[in-house]
Amino acid sequence: MPIQRRKFLATAGTAAAAGLAGCSSVLGSDSGDTGVAGETLTLTTTTSTYDTGLLDALNRPFQKRYGVTVDAVAQGTGAALETARNGDSDVVMVHARSLEDEFMRQGYGVNRRDLMFNDFVVVGPESDPAGVAGSDSATGAFAAIAESGSTFVSRGDNSGTHTKEKVVWEEAGVEPGGNWYREAGAGMGDVLNQASESRAYTLADRGTFLSMQTRIDLSILVQGPIEGGPELLSNPYGIIAVNPAVHENVNYDLAMAYIGYVTSPEGQEVIDDYTANGQQLFFPRALSEDPDFQQYVPEGWRSEADDS
Amino acid sequence: MLPTGVLGVFADAAAVPFVAFPFEPRYVLSIVFVSLYVSVTAVVLSTLASVPLAIAVGFADFRGKRLVTSIINTGMGFPSVVVGLLVLVTLSNSGPLGHLELVFTKKAMIISQFVLATPPITGITLAAVTGVREDVRDAAFALGGTRTDVALTVVKQARYGIATAVLAGFGRAISEVGSVLIVGGNIAGAGGVSKTRTLTTAIRLEARQGRYELALVLGAVLVAVVLAVNAVVVRLGDSKTWTGGGLR
Repeated sequence: MPIQRRKFLATAGTAAAAGLAGCSSVLGSDSGDTGVAGETLTLTTTTSTYDTGLLDALNRPFQKRYGVTVDAVAQGTGAALETARNGDSDVVMVHARSLEDEFMRQGYGVNRRDLMFNDFVVVGPESDPAGVAGSDSATGAFAAIAESGSTFVSRGDNSGTHTKEKVVWEEAGVEPGGNWYREAGAGMGDVLNQASESRAYTLADRGTFLSMQTRIDLSILVQGPIEGGPELLSNPYGIIAVNPAVHENVNYDLAMAYIGYVTSPEGQEVIDDYTANGQQLFFPRALSEDPDFQQYVPEGWRSEADDS
Repeated sequence: MLPTGVLGVFADAAAVPFVAFPFEPRYVLSIVFVSLYVSVTAVVLSTLASVPLAIAVGFADFRGKRLVTSIINTGMGFPSVVVGLLVLVTLSNSGPLGHLELVFTKKAMIISQFVLATPPITGITLAAVTGVREDVRDAAFALGGTRTDVALTVVKQARYGIATAVLAGFGRAISEVGSVLIVGGNIAGAGGVSKTRTLTTAIRLEARQGRYELALVLGAVLVAVVLAVNAVVVRLGDSKTWTGGGLR
């Protein structure tokens, strides 16, 4: 699979390359890119870690200590993993275990670690036409929204939140579609704005919702597990280094230094201390009493040694 | 990258006559720098390629000239997102030029904006050159001019059109968000200094987070920058000492 993909990309790119031949040599030096000290780590991540401002707080001490630069590119989980598959980033910080596992199984990622968690919440207009407020069941709320035909804005962008939303629909036994179901194909912030404008429901990660709460007209109607809601709405974040055996020019050393830092007591404390509008957005998860082997491997994976 | 309470500053400022600028000046200056650096470089390179190309096509008489012209004109409507994707696929680590490691750099952005700016600059220059009256060419030739002299005369006559072409290319480059977002990644360092964040991608970022006022402030900065560049180029085009060699 990786080999075929490369071939495709090579073929697809050759036409464009021909048009650009000789171009890059004319461009000269790019003074801004050769940083002050040391190397650059390219991190692809989700909009939720970036837009909440957490990454900024997390990266500053790391950059200072190692004298390096962290280039954070905020995409959705799907796009972040795809960029990493192409070898264009060194490390990914995402939140969709099924997509992460696929990435690991295909051999693109190594040394996955649990990083932190928060949860998803079902948000909607105060008027709550579907009557889901206070429900302790995400699937029940989704079914009620579908039943009443109230507008629901979906991310529709293969992000971690979108992946979770699809799981909830599936567990609710509803095939979403029709006039009331809108696929925005946009990031969390855009979708919250859109839902707020059109008095619609949506599934949001608590962090992004809290950081935007004062600027939108939506409230939390179904809580996630942090506030006693259903476990189904949990939102764990993982961090994975891109496999240097697949893409030899990724910066594996710096990626591992970064993973080491964010999962260290120091990095975990930054996560624990980070607040927006007076509320904690993310909860550290890397440090635990018991070693958790499952975080390093695709879910349910067993080594062959275990079988004998 | 934005200090918390930025909105508060903005709201307070709205009440007093002098609106406090709601961003760190260093942050905005670095974004303006990246925008100008990328767009101006791309447009200068594109002009160096496009104007000779347009003159060559304009002067030559060959079969398929109309086809070439319509290909150039079609290129003016090429979606920036598609250009961004093509450049990404080319420059990606898994692509043919992956070893150059250009993804998420300003160079990659310059390449995609070069591709975007070239059709308008070539197309409008071609129209301007074609519009120079035949007798001007003949006169230049009759006065003993070489082919180069004739070309320079035509360029001089067409300079307003060429200036418009350059401005159209610049306008397309500095205002597009699709390709620079894809190949540049909208990166700003944790210190609040832009690496590949342009005014357009910064506006996109603020709008995504529902901070429409901040997005509009950056929009105003973008308009001011475009206005300033237009003034400079028009000035160059108008200059009496203009000799036909130094149009940027």
